[in-house]
Formats: sequence, C-alpha cells, structure tokens
Amino acid sequence: MWLPSAVICSGPDGVATDKETTTGAEPAPEPVLQPKGEPATIPTEAAPTRPWVAVALIGLLCAMLGFALAVQLRTVDSDQGLAGAREEDLARILADLESRQDRLRSEISEQQDLLEQLGSGEDSAAAAVEEARRQAEALAILNGTIAAVGPGLTITIRDPDSKVDSAILLDAVQELRGAGAETMQVAGVRIGVSSALVGEAGDVRIDGIEVSAPYEIVAIGDSQTLATAMQIPGGVEDKVIQAGGSIEVVAADQVTVDALRPLDEPEYAEPAPDPDD
Amino acid sequence: MKGIRTGPLIPILGLAAGIAAGVWLDPSVPTSLQPYLPIAVVAALDAVFGGVRARLDGIFDAKVFVVSFISNVVVAALIVFLGDQLGVGAQLSTAVIVVLGIRIFGNVAAIRRHLFRA
Repeated sequence: MWLPSAVICSGPDGVATDKETTTGAEPAPEPVLQPKGEPATIPTEAAPTRPWVAVALIGLLCAMLGFALAVQLRTVDSDQGLAGAREEDLARILADLESRQDRLRSEISEQQDLLEQLGSGEDSAAAAVEEARRQAEALAILNGTIAAVGPGLTITIRDPDSKVDSAILLDAVQELRGAGAETMQVAGVRIGVSSALVGEAGDVRIDGIEVSAPYEIVAIGDSQTLATAMQIPGGVEDKVIQAGGSIEVVAADQVTVDALRPLDEPEYAEPAPDPDD
Repeated sequence: MKGIRTGPLIPILGLAAGIAAGVWLDPSVPTSLQPYLPIAVVAALDAVFGGVRARLDGIFDAKVFVVSFISNVVVAALIVFLGDQLGVGAQLSTAVIVVLGIRIFGNVAAIRRHLFRA
C-alpha cells in the first residue's frame, strides 16, 4: 500500500536540514499544503491510499507509544523486574544479598546467645521459685497448716480408769518428736511448735480444746523408730499400763495427719533486716 | 498521501488513550520483553519528536512517520537483542539510549526554535 522501496530509501535524502535528526520528514517536491492527499499529485505514489488510513495508523502508533510508556513506568515503579535483569546486574545483586545474609546470620547467632542466657536465667528463677515452694510446704507441715500423709504410726491409748493425764500424753508427744516424728495429731488436734497439753486425768486439754479417751495419736515418721520409742522401759507404754490403761501401736505405710491448726502470727517478732541490704 | 494534514488532535488523542489503557489495564511485561520495552519506548519517542519537527518544518509525511516509527522501534530492539546475545547488552542499550537521546535533543531544539523563535 506504500511507496516502492526505492522511494522510501531515497526519501530522506531530500531533506535539507539535518536529515539525521528529522525522522518523519521527507522531501517535499511540491508545496506541502495540499487540500487532500491526492495520489495523483505525487508521481511516484503507486497505490492510492485514503487519508484516514494514515491518520488511523498515526493515532494507533501514538496509542501504542502511550501504552508502552505507561506500562514501562508501572514496571519500573513496582520494581519487580528482577527476572528481566541482566547477568552482570544479577551478579551484583547476588553479591549484595550475600553480604547482607552474612550480616543477618551473625545477628541471628548473637540473638540466639542472648536468648540462651535469658533462658538459663529463667531456669534459675524457676528453680528459686520451686525451692521457695518446697520450703513453704515443709514449714506448713511443721506448723500444721496443711494436711500431711506418709508412713507412720497410729497409737490408740485407752483409759478406762481415767488415770491418764496430760503428762503422759506430753511424754508421748515428746518421745515421738525425739524419735523423729515430722508431724502428728493427738485426739484430732494437730501438734505444732506452740502446742500445750494441760489438765488432770479425765480433763485433758490440748491447745484449750477438751479431749477425752480413747486418745488416738497419728504420727508421721520412721514407724520402726517411733514404735521403739514408745516401748522404752519406763516410757509411755509402761506409764499407760501403770495408769490402768492400754496402748495399741499400729504401723502403716500410709497414715494421714489431716487436722489443721492456725498459723501462729508473730505479734512482736518481725524478720530482721538482711545484713546484705 | 503526501501532504495529508493530520491535526495534532489524533496523535494526542491516541497518546492519551494509550496511557489510559496502560494505566487501566496495568499488564505485566513478559520477562523476555523487559530489557527491550524501555529502549522501544525511547525509540518511539524519538520518532514522535522527529514527526513533530517535520510537521513544523512543513515537510511532514504520514508514511515516513509510520515507517520510521516502526523501524526505529524494531532496530533499537534488535540492537539491544544482539548486544544481549553478544554479552554486551547493557553497554549497547546505553549506546542506543545515548544516540536516541541526542536525536531527541536536536529535534526538541528545532521544535523550540519554531515555537518560540529562539
């Protein structure tokens, strides 16, 4: 539809001014202004072409340029063009990334060391808490604020003649303590550090609570040792028998001391300040 | 065809329509075309500025414009493609951009002389 190729090639030659930089120009053998693109006015024009085709082509090419421009701007903007990058650029980017990776690796190892330190600190804190809990439990068992189970003895003292007095029961408590009983209760009353056994036979009170025969003592400790402590000559067993009573000692792998006593709140004493402070 | 007087309306309308379509559709450039698209865009810009200058000089020809537009784009892309095959793609695309940039500068200077007489 266009001119013969010879004409196309020879076209720019006629451009007087700076033909190198004047794309789209071509020699104008006649005055340019013509009413219509009449093929007849150009002798070399072989195929007649209607003007709107050229106009449409120019419009289309400009549209393509605008489209490509917009797309390219978008592509550069979003910067996802790594796939289309050249080898040398990719090599440089790779080197950058590798050095960055090295930096991040060393950072990771530093953070991991820190994490381990913090973790071990947490472990020791947990151990301290566990130790404190264990101490609290031991003190609670000693003071009688929580129930306790374990191997031990159940001792039953019968007193048909009402001649067993508090002294005999106190003896029993002290013998059991001396033999290593860790905690005990007498006739349903927990024995603590400040327990008091008072009163005559038939009117025995422990910590102000009246108790009556038969007296049942439950003690937790080494049952063999505790039983031996009861049987020593002139000891508890002898005294009970002398008083006309009877004593029955039963060892068991598991006895329960479940009577509780309130914690003695110190009225005057308070913890001494830590000398380290 | 010679002497067809296309007013500035059609090219400007086409350009605007193309930009609008590119923004609206937002297509992703195929990976294999990514090195060539910017070169092709610059080559086409060179052709457009040349066309504007030719029109102001009164020697515009639609056929020459269309042919030079297409050949500019194709040749520029071909040069870059060849450079990529030879391993000097980056340098050759720089060279093409420099040449086209100089031409655009010259054309714009001519346009400026026409428009502002300076």
